[in-house]
Amino acid sequence: MTTVEAAGAAPASPAGDERLSRARLIRRRFLRNKLALFGLGTIVTMFFFAFVSPYFAPWNYYENDFTALLQGPSASHWFGTTQIGVDVFAQTMRGLQKSLIIGILVAIFSTGLSALVGSFAGYAQGRADRVTMWIVDLLLVLPSFLVLVLLSRFYQTRNWLFLVVGLTVLDWMITARVVRGLAMSLRERDFVRAARYMGVPTRTIIVRHLLPNMASILIIAATLNVAGAILAETGLSYLGFGVQAPDVSLGTLIAEGTASALTYPWLFMFAGGILILTVLAFSFIGDGIRDAFDPGSSRIGRRSP
Amino acid sequence: MSALVEVRDLTVRFPSEAGTVEAVRGVSLDVRAGEVLGIVGESGSGKTVMSLSVIGLLPDTATVSGSIRFGGRDLLALDDAEMSRLRGSEIAMVFQDPLSALNPVHTIGRQIAEALLIHQDIPREAAAKRAVELLEVVGIPRPDERAQSYPHEFSGGMRQRVMIALAIANQPKVILADEPTTALDVTVQAQILDVLRTARDMTGAAVVLVTHDLGVVAGIADRVAIMYAGKVVEVGPVADVYAAPAMPYTIGLLGSIPRVDGAAGDRLASIPGAPPSPVALPPGCAFAPRCPAAEPRCADAPPPLAPIAPDRAIACVRGPEIAALRRDGRLFVETPRHATRGAAADGVAVEVRGLRKTFPLLKGSVLRRRVGSVHAVDGVDLTLRAGRSLALVGESGCGKTTTLLEILNLVAPEAGTIAVLGRDVATLSPAERLQMRRDLQIVFQDPFASLDPRLPIGDAIAEPLRTFGVPREEQDARVHELLELVGLQREQASKYPSEFSGGQRQRIAIARALALHPKVLALDEPVSALDVSVRAGVLNLLAELQEKLSLSYLFVSHDLAVVQRVADDIAVMYLGGIVEAGPVAEVFARPRHPYTQALLSAVPIPDPAVERGRSRIILQGDLPSPASPPSGCRFHTRCHVRATLAPDVAARCASERPALSPLGSGTVACHAPLG
Repeated sequence: MTTVEAAGAAPASPAGDERLSRARLIRRRFLRNKLALFGLGTIVTMFFFAFVSPYFAPWNYYENDFTALLQGPSASHWFGTTQIGVDVFAQTMRGLQKSLIIGILVAIFSTGLSALVGSFAGYAQGRADRVTMWIVDLLLVLPSFLVLVLLSRFYQTRNWLFLVVGLTVLDWMITARVVRGLAMSLRERDFVRAARYMGVPTRTIIVRHLLPNMASILIIAATLNVAGAILAETGLSYLGFGVQAPDVSLGTLIAEGTASALTYPWLFMFAGGILILTVLAFSFIGDGIRDAFDPGSSRIGRRSP
Repeated sequence: MSALVEVRDLTVRFPSEAGTVEAVRGVSLDVRAGEVLGIVGESGSGKTVMSLSVIGLLPDTATVSGSIRFGGRDLLALDDAEMSRLRGSEIAMVFQDPLSALNPVHTIGRQIAEALLIHQDIPREAAAKRAVELLEVVGIPRPDERAQSYPHEFSGGMRQRVMIALAIANQPKVILADEPTTALDVTVQAQILDVLRTARDMTGAAVVLVTHDLGVVAGIADRVAIMYAGKVVEVGPVADVYAAPAMPYTIGLLGSIPRVDGAAGDRLASIPGAPPSPVALPPGCAFAPRCPAAEPRCADAPPPLAPIAPDRAIACVRGPEIAALRRDGRLFVETPRHATRGAAADGVAVEVRGLRKTFPLLKGSVLRRRVGSVHAVDGVDLTLRAGRSLALVGESGCGKTTTLLEILNLVAPEAGTIAVLGRDVATLSPAERLQMRRDLQIVFQDPFASLDPRLPIGDAIAEPLRTFGVPREEQDARVHELLELVGLQREQASKYPSEFSGGQRQRIAIARALALHPKVLALDEPVSALDVSVRAGVLNLLAELQEKLSLSYLFVSHDLAVVQRVADDIAVMYLGGIVEAGPVAEVFARPRHPYTQALLSAVPIPDPAVERGRSRIILQGDLPSPASPPSGCRFHTRCHVRATLAPDVAARCASERPALSPLGSGTVACHAPLG
């Protein structure tokens, strides 16, 4: 470990641009983390196949190959075919597309919401804080899964974007509590107090001072939230309350495949495997970013006194 | 005298993200039996790393070379088990922060007994008995009861006494004390230094006192070693080094520290620049870039530590020449002030009458009820006259910062009145309050916390301008003007705070505070977080700005030496109330209130001759809790004068709170007949 560090450590020029050198340090720490690199590689591959493979793969999800019904993986059908001759690879990639989009949208929206609500509550304190936290606690004790199941009656007939809204509304609370805690401690930092005594309005203080200083935490939360959102979406879809036909997601594919899981394993095996791999990869990236931002949390980069 | 510990050519390196940190670079030093050796240096000078390597507590990542010989053995060659046998028995350590050095889940008595049992084969009861004796030695009242207490039940000063008791438990030959008094208030510091002396006399151990405070060393040490950038640059007997410093850094350091007994008003000598980064040290003498006596050859190679007189050595290529330069007054001299101070216009900048601020003590998680109040500020009167500086001094927890923040809040206080520039803040409308913020700005204590790390300093300085709608072009011009005003370059506006040293950052914070041409500047301990060698520069800047811009300063500090330099008037605070106020010269020359007297006498003076010759008042005990302040005069529980008073007056001290009444040219709150 020590040798790696010594070899990789270039002497920092004292006059270099701080932001660049900090970004470089973080990137170097991230690239040193093998699991995080693996995660990043996996996600890039997933995105590539999910969005680009329709242009070069031999079959499309709306085509039926009536010469190959319920066939196992082969050179032509990489993941095999279904009962009606649909290419499982094409189908899985289409499901992956939807799951990735939903996961990322939910993560971005819920992290954004928690950043706004959390920082406002933490900074304002007093009554505004109590009311907000009361709402957060209320939402936390609601069994979110049941609520989504009930709501599904509403969005079943409409666009899958409503599912994104539903997942977002029930996913932001825990991050918001973390952000609130950070905002409360940043609020007492001298540079925030200085701004307050200069007469800078609250809105500006939150946008200019609070949010940039918790950017690292927000990025980490967003990355880790992607994994959670994908799991929540596939879980709902599996039970039929999430993504509705004609749209498919990894969850609906797994649901369709489970009936014949033992006899025709390729029908659900690939979708299940890709789901596990994707969620794992996002978690690894999230952990990697956290360690890169905060060397104290990892065994690498021990600081000298 | 024989050397007890011989450090030879010690080098300690750490790997870091930014490169290899050379914390200690070839230090050779002796610790003699029974002496007190002071090791003085600024943060990052390697003094702590060196003491940790003696006791074998360096982190595993450190690369150590050289030798440390103690009792015929090389400590660096010992393994951890052998080192553990020496630690605590032959070599003991007193840490800076006594709270983290004590185990919170065991009683004090048990922790001391344990230290005894590890190294001595004695029965448990005997160890417990000895623990109580040790607590008595270090001055813990009712030691048999207190031995049953847990660390959190002790105050900071008491914990440090316990640490000393632990250190002397096994009659060590060497006691290492790393900044043992830095976290404590001056009156408590005086007590702890006293205990340290007792401990030394009792055990006959050599004490290595690592500190940044030249005043502490002057009072207690026999010899002193000055460290700079990982090297010892000067070593010698305390009296000689202070009387005739021979290395330019030492000369600058001694010239740049304010002294309570110094000439008021003169500018301090200041060392330009800042200590070098430990990852990018210059190839030659590390001090050369800041040295007024530097020559081209200084940059060639680091100068070795060479003797200049018996028992004295300095690391400087110009050696004896420096002494001559110093005598001719050509190195780091104090410059007298040009204008007379405090002759400013009439009028009152800030007036506070009967200010009170209490914080509720709450209990319960669901239904929070008030179980008591912390009387942080209770009946404070202050007057800051326009164009002058008023210093509010006191120990931590006395309410001085709360008072300052109450004034800055610009809202009606809980009780009493605050008037800023003639307007009562209770009558301000929100729009007027915003306008008043232009006239009243603040500079915080810690320049590392007061600047947003993600904002370029130009933007930080422009923030108040933006808030008040100054056009963009004017903002830029004003930022450049301000940077030059505080001694920085305009090209630095686009850099981030982390590229600046502490002193430079404080200059940036001052520039930001001045952006809107304020009339009053609140300074909350503006130099106490800075390294000694850069303090003088910031203090001189503040004095210069006051003359140039006719500012009024409201200065909060615990450091009386600093106050003596910058303030015209002083108000001494004790436990939420003002005990004495008046012109600085008057109060320093003739302190009337017993607390002021004790406070002044507790401040160490960086001059061994003066420091050892004067009599001092050492207060008993610690600051009482502001949640349950003593009745009557808040100070009566620690007062040294009260014992000499007539019984009826002494009784009044405990029952009736004295009001501030005029005495001489100031005001004092005391029942005793003061003269």
